[in-house]
Formats: sequence, structure tokens, C-alpha cells
Amino acid sequence: MAETETRVTQEAFGPEHEPEAEWMELNMGPQHPSTHGVLRVRLKLDGEIVRDADPDVGYLHTGFEKSFEDKTYTQGITFSDRMDYLAPPINNVGFVMAVEKLIGVEVPARAQAIRVLMMELARIASHELWLGTAGLDLGVYSGFFYAWRDRELVLDLNEAYSGVRMMTSFTRVGGVAWDLPDGWIDQLQRFIDVMPKRIDDFEAMLTSNPIWRQRLEGIGVLSRDEAIETGVTGPMLRASGVDYDVRKAFPYCGYEQYDFQVALARNGDCYDRYRVRVQEMRESLKILQQALDALPGGPWLTNDRKVALPPRAELSKSMEAVIHHFRLVSEGFKGPVGDVYAFVESPRGELGFYLVSDGTNKPYRMKVRPPSFCNLQPLKKMVQGVLVADVIAIMGSMDFILGDVDR
Amino acid sequence: MSVRPTDTLVQRIGGRFKQALQESSDFRGDLSVVVEPGAVVDLARYLKEDESFDYFLYATAVDWPARNPRFTVVWEVRSLANKTRIRIKTTATMPDPHVPSLTPVWPAANWHERETWDLFGIRFDGHPDLRRILMPETWEGFPLRKDYVSFGEPVIFSDQKLEGLEPDAIRG
Repeated sequence: MAETETRVTQEAFGPEHEPEAEWMELNMGPQHPSTHGVLRVRLKLDGEIVRDADPDVGYLHTGFEKSFEDKTYTQGITFSDRMDYLAPPINNVGFVMAVEKLIGVEVPARAQAIRVLMMELARIASHELWLGTAGLDLGVYSGFFYAWRDRELVLDLNEAYSGVRMMTSFTRVGGVAWDLPDGWIDQLQRFIDVMPKRIDDFEAMLTSNPIWRQRLEGIGVLSRDEAIETGVTGPMLRASGVDYDVRKAFPYCGYEQYDFQVALARNGDCYDRYRVRVQEMRESLKILQQALDALPGGPWLTNDRKVALPPRAELSKSMEAVIHHFRLVSEGFKGPVGDVYAFVESPRGELGFYLVSDGTNKPYRMKVRPPSFCNLQPLKKMVQGVLVADVIAIMGSMDFILGDVDR
Repeated sequence: MSVRPTDTLVQRIGGRFKQALQESSDFRGDLSVVVEPGAVVDLARYLKEDESFDYFLYATAVDWPARNPRFTVVWEVRSLANKTRIRIKTTATMPDPHVPSLTPVWPAANWHERETWDLFGIRFDGHPDLRRILMPETWEGFPLRKDYVSFGEPVIFSDQKLEGLEPDAIRG
């Protein structure tokens, strides 16, 4: 930890080192506001200095991976939202991408663009929420209200599109469930127009604020090599200087068409994680504008009747359509035998779905690679030697979602 | 199989681990190799040191009750520089399924292997800290095994007592 002159140091609290037998064990959580969910961290304290930490996860374990095995591929979509409940559209897309990869379905261009719009909106909403709550942990009370106000705009867009504010479940294998409703594009354009100013306001409040910088700079440093070795992902990896973003490295849903930068920083401390996320919000706005300008027409769901429901109008005219409809609704479709891994860039990093199929209409095994789980792993190392108050800043900067950690 | 840049990787692995390599496949562009449990650590070290597979993705298992060996254990790693992925698979046999741990090679495997132990009951030999991670320490049974029934858990309400059983003792 890099000490600055103004930082409160251990001397203020008493003797620098106590014998190990005198160390105090402190339970932080499971019910602690800074854990944003139910996470328990067992801290070993030498005075005010953290000597060791053991994160205890699993309080939100819901058994989603087991539940996937009981549901058809289409039914499974509704589980995917509920894992990372702050970016449900991205989970939806990741899940169906695994199924699409398994059975080999083409997704129409309009569906790809709608997915991109929803995913980038979710990324902005998630980063807004992170900015609000991580700031709140460190005493930035007003920021919380600004962040909530802006996130609300995204939830309104979610609601206008899918009827639901959070658990959108808007994807289907082979496309998306609905076309964009009337007026949605204008609503999105207003959002894109207003947001840069709002992010500027946020930055004016925080980026060069001396208290904010003092609490974050040089805290929780993760070097480039450590970041790779401990398997962290997303903004945490990029804040440590690793240029890896799934959207650039392995483009999906047509991300290769859009011009955007991967937000990068170098120091790997809490402050850099903040800067990376703010920059990512700006890049997401750029992607939104480009996707909106180039929004293709045409169908939003594949024409392959083996996986996608026929349009409603066909049901009264075509017996075949009725049969397809009946088969799809009652037993779904089957996948070939095999296993695939599909992955997307969630606001927290690489979200992967490892799908094993035994040839039936349900996943035989669905393993989720949750970014929050991977990002929480180095907590033990990162908090060794810092003050207790910095643990809050470090945990805040990691942006883990316990639903995503525990599944 | 069409010719891909990764084919040569399989050939290199095949040359080096001739005895241990049981199978390799390229399904939908995902490269997998199945090796004997004894060769997993050597293969992992080779992949990390010589083939620059530096980034660990996940570890998990798949339960096939009708097969012998019953479990397939899976690790997947990526090379950030070469933008390639490879899935390492091996098998574990009942009644005491165990495979070597890859945590000494990729420290990031630590929690993923703990999770696999927790949910499948597969031990990872050489793992530094093999404890349950998601389920409580006192949990009995391994939830992701196929013979562990979903919704099969008896529930006792506070005003009921089940003959001879404490509420905590009847899980699973």
C-alpha cells in the first residue's frame, strides 16, 4: 500500500504489531451493507491492519446449474436472468449463445443489433449502480441519487421493450422474442443524448475529488501478472493493464462492426477500476449510437421452425405451423450430443456457459463461469496489510454480485 | 476434421503425451483433449509453460451414472496472447473419485476445484485448501450428482417434529 502524508496510518491506532495470538478475528458480514448481498469475510486483525481474510460465499446459492438440467432450453432462459440480476440481458444472450452454438442456428442481423442495444444498456445500468453503491460505501451520498436517477432511464427502456424492468428474458434461441416497440428508438435516442452530460457531472464530482482519490489511489493494487494468475476478468483485469475484452478479442453479436475502445488503465488500484468503468460507460454510449444508426430491418427471429415459434398469423392458415408450435411448446427442440463453451463480456467480465448435451431437449449439464466468482478470489491477497476501512473500498471496487458468485 | 491453426497443437500434444492422450475433438470450434488422470499435471505444465496458456477459465465435472468411469472432470484454459482455448478432460471413478489438482499450475483454479468438490464430491489431490465453498460445511451429499434429487428434500416446519431426527440431520 502506498502511503501518502495525509493518509491515516496505523500509528494513530496503537502499536504497530501485535503477536499473532493477539490478533482479533472479525466477521464482516454476512449481513453487512458493504457486501451488497450476503457475503461473509472472516478478517484477522492486528490492531487496525488486516493480516488475513477468508471470504465465505454460498449464502445465495440457489442451485441454478441443477435447475437448468430440469428445464428445456427455452425455459432455461428465465433462470439465466436471475443469476447476475444487475445485467440480466447479458446473461440472457450468453445463455442462448451457448445453445445456438450447440445446435448451429443463424441469428438474423436485426436480432443481433437488438441484443447489442439491450446489452450495452445493461452495462451502463450496472456500472451506474456500481458507481452509486461503491460511492455510498465511501460516503458519497449524493452520487447514489444521481446514479439511481440515471439507471432508472435504462429500466424504463427495459420495461418499454420487454414489459419487465429487470428480468427481461428477452432472448430466444435464434433471435429475440419481440421487435422493438413504437417510440422505443426515440426514447433510446433521448437517453443517448442526455447521458454524456450526466457522466460528466459524475466525473466532476469524483474524478479529481481529493477525498475520493485518497480513498482509492494505491489501494487494493493488483499487478498485471497477479491479475492474470488469479483469473480476474472484466474491468478488474483491464484496470491492471491487460487489454482483454471479449467484445474485441472474440466479437459476437456483430460487435466487430462498431468502433469503440477497450477502456484500459495501468495501476490496477481501486481508482483505476473506477476510471475504467466510467470510460466503459462512455464507450457503451458510442456503441449504442452506432447500433441505433445502423439498425438493420428484417426478421428478429430465425426462420428455422425447428427451434423458433412460427409467426402467430401462420397458425390459422398452416397445419404445419400448428404442429411446429405444438412440438416446440410441449417438448422443445433437441440438441446434438456434444459440449460447447460460449462467452460474453458482462459488466463484471467474461461470463461463460459450458453446455453439455446428451441429445435430449434439456441441457445435460450447464456450468456457468461467473465473472464475480472469479473476481472475488483474489480478495484474500488484496486485503492483506491494508486498514479495515480500505477493505470496504476494495470490496466496493470489485463490483461482485452475490447472485452471480453463488448461483 | 478441417485444418485449423489449433490442429498443430493437438499434434504436438499427441507427440508428447502419446500414451496418455485418449481422445481429441474439435466440436463447433472448441478444442478438447481427454487424457489419463496421471498425465493431467504434466499436460497442464506443458500447456502453461510451452504453449502460453496463461489464463484459467473454469473447472467443473459431468456426472454419467451409467458409465464407468463415472465422472468427467473438465478444466478449460485460454492463451491471452494466441487467443486460443483448450479444454482438458479426464475421468474419475467411483467409489472414491479423485483427480490431480491443477491449482499448483494455475492458482485461479483454486475456487473452481473447491466448487467441483463441493457439488460433485470429486477430490483434487494436491489442492491446498479443499473445503466446501457454496454449501455449508455440514452438508451431506453432493447436489450436482445425477442421483441427488431436486426437490427431494424433506421440510420440517417449526411446529412439527420428525421421529428421531433433528432438523439439520435430514438434509439431502
